[in-house]
Amino acid sequence: MIKVSVNGIEQTFDGDPSMPLLWYLRDILGLTGTKFGCGMALCGACTVHKDGTAIRSCITPMSAAAGSKIRTIEDVGANGLHPVQSAWMEVNVPQCGYCQSGQIMQAIALLKSKPHPTDQDIEEGMAGNICRCGTYQRIRAAIKLAAEKSA
Amino acid sequence: MKNIENVSRRGFLKGVASAGAFVLAVRYVPPVFAGEPVPVGQTEADRAPLHPNVFVGIETDGTVHIVAHRSEMGTAIRTTLPLVLADEMDADWDRVKIDQAIGDKRYGDQNTDGSHSIRSFFDTMRECGASARWMLVQAAAQQWNVPASECSTEPHAVVHAKSGRKLGYGELATAAAKLDVPKKDQLTFKKPAEWRYIGKGKTSYDLEKLCTGKAIYGMDAKMEGMIYASIEHPPVYGGIVRSYDEQDALKVWGVRQTLLVDPFKPPAAFQPLGGVAVLADNSWSAFQGRKKLKITWDNGANAGYDSAEYKKALLETARKPAKVVRSVGDANAALAAASGPSLVEAEYYVPLLAHAPMEPMVALAEFKDGKATIWAPTQNPQAVQAIVSSELGIPKESVICNVTLLGGGFGRKSKPDYVAEAAVLSKKVGRPVKVVWTREDDVKFDYYNAVAGMYFRATVDAKGKPTAWLQRSVFPPITSIFDVNAVYGDPPHLAQGWTDMPYDLPNISIENGPAKAHVRIGWLRSVANIYHGFGVQCFTDELAQRAHRDPCEYLLDLIGPGRTIDFKNVEYPNYGASLETYPWETGRLRHVTELVAEKSGWANKKSVKGHGFGIAAHRSFLTYVATVVEVEVNDQGEIRIPRVDFAVDAGLVANPEITRAQFEGAAVFGTSIVRTGEITAKNGVIQQSNFHDYPVARINEAPQQTNVYIVESFAPPAGVGEPGVPPFVAAFCNAIYAATGKRVRSLPLSSSGLFG
Repeated sequence: MIKVSVNGIEQTFDGDPSMPLLWYLRDILGLTGTKFGCGMALCGACTVHKDGTAIRSCITPMSAAAGSKIRTIEDVGANGLHPVQSAWMEVNVPQCGYCQSGQIMQAIALLKSKPHPTDQDIEEGMAGNICRCGTYQRIRAAIKLAAEKSA
Repeated sequence: MKNIENVSRRGFLKGVASAGAFVLAVRYVPPVFAGEPVPVGQTEADRAPLHPNVFVGIETDGTVHIVAHRSEMGTAIRTTLPLVLADEMDADWDRVKIDQAIGDKRYGDQNTDGSHSIRSFFDTMRECGASARWMLVQAAAQQWNVPASECSTEPHAVVHAKSGRKLGYGELATAAAKLDVPKKDQLTFKKPAEWRYIGKGKTSYDLEKLCTGKAIYGMDAKMEGMIYASIEHPPVYGGIVRSYDEQDALKVWGVRQTLLVDPFKPPAAFQPLGGVAVLADNSWSAFQGRKKLKITWDNGANAGYDSAEYKKALLETARKPAKVVRSVGDANAALAAASGPSLVEAEYYVPLLAHAPMEPMVALAEFKDGKATIWAPTQNPQAVQAIVSSELGIPKESVICNVTLLGGGFGRKSKPDYVAEAAVLSKKVGRPVKVVWTREDDVKFDYYNAVAGMYFRATVDAKGKPTAWLQRSVFPPITSIFDVNAVYGDPPHLAQGWTDMPYDLPNISIENGPAKAHVRIGWLRSVANIYHGFGVQCFTDELAQRAHRDPCEYLLDLIGPGRTIDFKNVEYPNYGASLETYPWETGRLRHVTELVAEKSGWANKKSVKGHGFGIAAHRSFLTYVATVVEVEVNDQGEIRIPRVDFAVDAGLVANPEITRAQFEGAAVFGTSIVRTGEITAKNGVIQQSNFHDYPVARINEAPQQTNVYIVESFAPPAGVGEPGVPPFVAAFCNAIYAATGKRVRSLPLSSSGLFG
């Protein structure tokens, strides 16, 4: 029996402990804001926070999530928009939007460690998150805007 | 910004005033009468008290429902077309709710592909909006007992200025619903100066949901009692299952059963590929179960396909005389007579390309009581109806296709093989089935953009300008998925930047040779324009460099003076648009080339070693685009793209901010094609599988700054989703040459051997 906190709610899981957290969130808890893109930690669409750190849920087995606090995109905007989300809207970042939950979770983690990121910080911090529509220029601008606003 | 109305308006203002000037087909939609039973899948618009046509409905509280019948995959078309309707009916956008249409022929074409949604439905949306406004005005005039001509509208209300009276649209809905829907000739339209939204635009209707994880994609669709399925497809196109052993698969936690999926009957079209399906309680268990299947395949006729051998054969074919698709003067005679340094030739090559939208293929289907209910991220719900109908043996009308948001499409999701899989499995197991493709499935079982070989040959005069120009392309055509014997390019795809090579030269021969397909070929964002634009625009740059001429000045010299290209006796489908409404005007191509040169500061930017600028211009999907790309290449051969400039003449642009975003995205899409875009095959098996071996551009590889200059125009609206890719690809490669002296003739860079 695996115990895990998801968005502040204690959950228990008694299935295969090698099941990735992504599929537990999506198919079992019904939290579909976190996306499946590659299954190999190559695209970042599945990014969530584990004890405050951005992780790829598609390669994180439930056994490794046991006992941790998981936060997903659903919780980020639960009590009003997060400043990163507001910046995303202001810059009009998304096209199809499928990767943006992961981008936003990654950006929040980046800004936590680097509140005033340089272009290079942004490139290094965000290079694991693919956007096939090509919204990178606006992602960069939105991260800078969010940093400015929280300064 | 320069205004080029003199070359582009061509009677369009008359069209704007009367509407219908560039309607491609009669799509004036019938009213849906009150009191009719409301079938499943009907929209809120249909159920509203006032619903003059299938696209709009008005509630008594003033809520306006507008139907989006096109698919939303990131272009904001679900916003922009309803915005056009809202503008023409003078609705307040904040009181508009958008309904996503099911697949239904009453909406007209729904295939969201080919960058034609605005062009094909701009007039329809205006007519539908004007029709609603007409009824609301009549209702108010009757109530006030004044002539309708004395009434006008402001957002969401009819006003009678003389008496200072005003009634909201909601208050008028019930009375307006009693009136007859007006005929087209009774309608009046706003003048462009009166537009509140058209040309100004709005951000996506779904923006907040897209930023909060609340947007529902196909991957997120749910149905009571559904089971998940993952399918092991034949590794070689056309292969079949000879036998399989399910024992170990069934032992996997969560796996319920396995099922054989029948192979397609050629031609493949949109039928399921066949294979073995594993059904499970969740997606991951289904994936795990697949790994435990033991399948013996019969790989069939394509088992010998080797993409390296194929490339050689393709380029050999490109050197042989082929079918002439357009000819000016006598290029072959001029070329035969030429020799020595005045003769220039080059081969160009682009491999198979995969779409790789962020959301892999996925679909949910329930077959019950002779009816199929679908939830799918599809670009073409009517094609879903057609294939599900034929696979299940039920009428098309019994297929209800609900369209979710799409996590990217790029043309892949116009081809509903994956939806048919879900429907077939649901019928077999008697419960809703959600088919989930892995990324590996997506990369290995795509409808790839065609591999293309091209051969160019020119003779040049003392100034380096061609006196004769031959271009010959060879590629397996998209038509091969519908006709197994198809080997030549079909006119609509040859028309994509090949038949219409626009240069003003005395001798031109445009040819196409045969190539057989060994995988499914399909359209990908910009389609044949990708390779055609690359070949023509890079060969042009080669000639310019060879003549020591400025590439921009040289390009303008070849385009020649502004003129309308004559396609008499040439099969040139022009993207399905009439040449009268959308002529091929070289003046517009010139103009965007000059504009991008001006805006990018081309004249003052001289390329040096390690830092280069490239230019290209291309018309596709009726839109004229020129691009300047700046690159930096360091000693390790690492390439960065500090800046990209696009000048765009797409005629009337309904939503400029969204249009800019499409071109920013096109530059990134093109970056992926040039840097790493390549699908290869050995023994008929695709060699790539995920983003490690089919990489796409990341934030550190993409252009850092893309500027988009939109030409203000009242010419009929053209497309904006695709036209940015082709000139970007060529300009990027031309910039690499300018920085390094290395000519990229074979894509991608990662396989070119040019950079480490």
